[in-house]
Amino acid sequence: MASTDLVHAHAAPQGFIRKYIFSLDHKVIGLQYYFLALIAVFTGMFLSLLMRIHLIWPTAQLPLVGEIKPETYLGLLTMHGTIMVFFVLTTAPQSGFGNYFLPIQIGAPDMAFPVLNMLSFWTTFVAFVVLISAFFVGGGAPLHGWTGYAPLSALPNAGPGQQLGADLWITSIAIFCVASLMGALNFITTTLDLRAKGMTLMRMPLTVWAWFITAILGLLAFGVLLSAGILLLLDRNLGTSFYVPLVVVNGQVMGHRGGSPLLWQHLFWFFGHPEVYIAILPGMGVASQLISTFSRKPIFGYRAMVYALMAIGFMGFMVWGHHMFMSGMSPYSAFAFSLMTMAIGVPSAIKTFNWLGTIWGGKVRLYSPMLFAIGFVSLFVSGGLSGPFLAQPVLDIPLHDTYFVVGHFHLIMGVAAIFGIFAATYYWFPKMFGRKMNETLAKVHFFVTLLGTYAIFMPMHYLGMAGQTRRYSQFTEVAYQTKLIPLQTFMTYAAFVTIAVQLVFLFNLFWSMKKGEKASDNPWEATTLEWTTATPPPHDNFGGRTPVVNHGPYEYSVPGAARDYTMQTDPATAPVD
Amino acid sequence: MSQANVVAVNPAEHTERSSPFAIPTKKLAMWLFIVSDAATFAACLVAYGFLRNGTPNWPTPFKFSPTVLNAMAMTFVLITSGLTMFLGVRAAKSTDKKMALRWVYLTALLGAVFALLHLREWLGMIHAGVRLFQNPWGSGLFGAAFFSVTGLHLLHVVSGVVALVAVGSRYNRGRYNADDIEVLGLYWHFVDLVWMFVVPFVYLMNVAR
Repeated sequence: MASTDLVHAHAAPQGFIRKYIFSLDHKVIGLQYYFLALIAVFTGMFLSLLMRIHLIWPTAQLPLVGEIKPETYLGLLTMHGTIMVFFVLTTAPQSGFGNYFLPIQIGAPDMAFPVLNMLSFWTTFVAFVVLISAFFVGGGAPLHGWTGYAPLSALPNAGPGQQLGADLWITSIAIFCVASLMGALNFITTTLDLRAKGMTLMRMPLTVWAWFITAILGLLAFGVLLSAGILLLLDRNLGTSFYVPLVVVNGQVMGHRGGSPLLWQHLFWFFGHPEVYIAILPGMGVASQLISTFSRKPIFGYRAMVYALMAIGFMGFMVWGHHMFMSGMSPYSAFAFSLMTMAIGVPSAIKTFNWLGTIWGGKVRLYSPMLFAIGFVSLFVSGGLSGPFLAQPVLDIPLHDTYFVVGHFHLIMGVAAIFGIFAATYYWFPKMFGRKMNETLAKVHFFVTLLGTYAIFMPMHYLGMAGQTRRYSQFTEVAYQTKLIPLQTFMTYAAFVTIAVQLVFLFNLFWSMKKGEKASDNPWEATTLEWTTATPPPHDNFGGRTPVVNHGPYEYSVPGAARDYTMQTDPATAPVD
Repeated sequence: MSQANVVAVNPAEHTERSSPFAIPTKKLAMWLFIVSDAATFAACLVAYGFLRNGTPNWPTPFKFSPTVLNAMAMTFVLITSGLTMFLGVRAAKSTDKKMALRWVYLTALLGAVFALLHLREWLGMIHAGVRLFQNPWGSGLFGAAFFSVTGLHLLHVVSGVVALVAVGSRYNRGRYNADDIEVLGLYWHFVDLVWMFVVPFVYLMNVAR
């Protein structure tokens, strides 16, 4: 049996369970991922709301949780970071939109391995449930942050959340690794093997390139985290000492000898830094796609964009040490990591330059997806510019444990990637649900979110430079810290407004599914393959026919062509009529 | 019949969806799995090397007999199983189903022998007082590193044996074809290859001087 026939092996499913729960259809699985990420992002956002309230009213009695104790604050911090990084920033842009649109954009009827695809979603789902359950066990959520630094994470008696909660946290991460490996394998195989006739590598939309390279990063990074996590579980439960030296906890000498906490940091950040790019690369792909479409111009420097993605992905594996400048590493190592880190600025700047070059002189249509794409570029630049500061050990050492770093990574990895998700949602919603989202609400959502996130995260840079430490649950004790509370208060109010406007997005999402303006098959007049098929796409994506690709992905405003966009499937010579 | 299926690749379909590197989907997926699995093993071995370098007086307790002899026997069995796997793939490709099955099952048998030799060694070491957290010779990390690196490899061998039997029986019933045997062969050779790293790092470097 030809291996490529595998994808035809499943017929259109009947019955609710096969169709919507244990579905093999990549589109349903993509939506499942998306809605899982939606639940996760609102959970994570709620946790951040509690943290922001606690920072300015440390003794407030809150509904549901009562007064937040310092250890509860650290639990919230851990869970917020873990949920957001793994179950939102990794899940929505890559597994969600990638699953839905990668096969369609390359002209394939499904992923290469539909059963593996389903397994990968349900494994992710189990990982999420295991993680959330850490809230409800004795001791509560772990305190060690999303990075799980040893020895805190390795010792069950190191704190209230470090008992069963920490075990659940590590187990969840390990399960998530397996799920991501299955997903990555599927994405790469699909991209290489299932492209339609004429869809050469250099005709793939930049979204596909981004998902493809992200999958390669995931394939190499998650295997390492899996190993690291299993060793951590051994340390916690079977008495090994991989990460734990001789330590004394609460006056009690622990049985561990000779291990190295730095080993965990190395293994974790060897995964952790590529993970940052796993979160942001799909957003870059979406921004490229949207900026070209809504500027009615070919993307500026398509090949440069592809090579920049490759360069970022490749170099992303050689900079993990810049998270560890505080660890007392040799200045020579620090220099090498610092140099390589700043070198990543080059491909990043190439991408930014090309986005601006694409907009420049274009007939820009400022619909909500385009606004969010521009917002992505704005946040990417704002967050990125603090990168070269932190890349230098001399500056990183004083700034590392302050709000400066929190502001930096929230802008670039958090909010920029979220803007990529929003842009993708507004852009592809008409294809997924056959209706458009309400444009007025979308614009309100955009402007308030853009200003709101800047209002929350820009002051963090100043707080950091003024010496405000991160991970502290309250600042009422030390004189120079209390002086900074007014700025923290401002940030909390900004967070209230920004979080409130996300409810507008949520309302818009569900209201538009039922009541939105009906959309045509190609409402944005875009060129890629998903806009050539029906809305929503049929079970095999193209209704039995196989698309043949004759054009590159971004042929807008081609001189002499009849329309200002040439679909990828249009005949090789542009139609003249 | 499976052989008919092998030949019955629709040429039109195949050219339309042909892969750029002419590699079938399942084989590509196996290569990718091997890449990610290599990263998992590499992380384990790096952890071992990191801790070994950072530990003064790392114990080197292994003697020629029994440990090195046993490791040589295990290596011999595993490499022989690599040869039988190769012969199995070759027989399957030349549509000699009976011969292919014989080689595949022999490979599984050799894998099982390897696992048994390994378990016997483990039991001997446990009997000598080696645990995950302590041992008679010094740093407790020795046992942790030894059991986790060899344990991860043993897990792969045992999974491989199960897969060989499962794929072999499905191949016998015509549900799998020669390509599937080849894909499984890739995995088996990878497990072989990893052992070539485990022997020098975990055994030979820890031989008593």
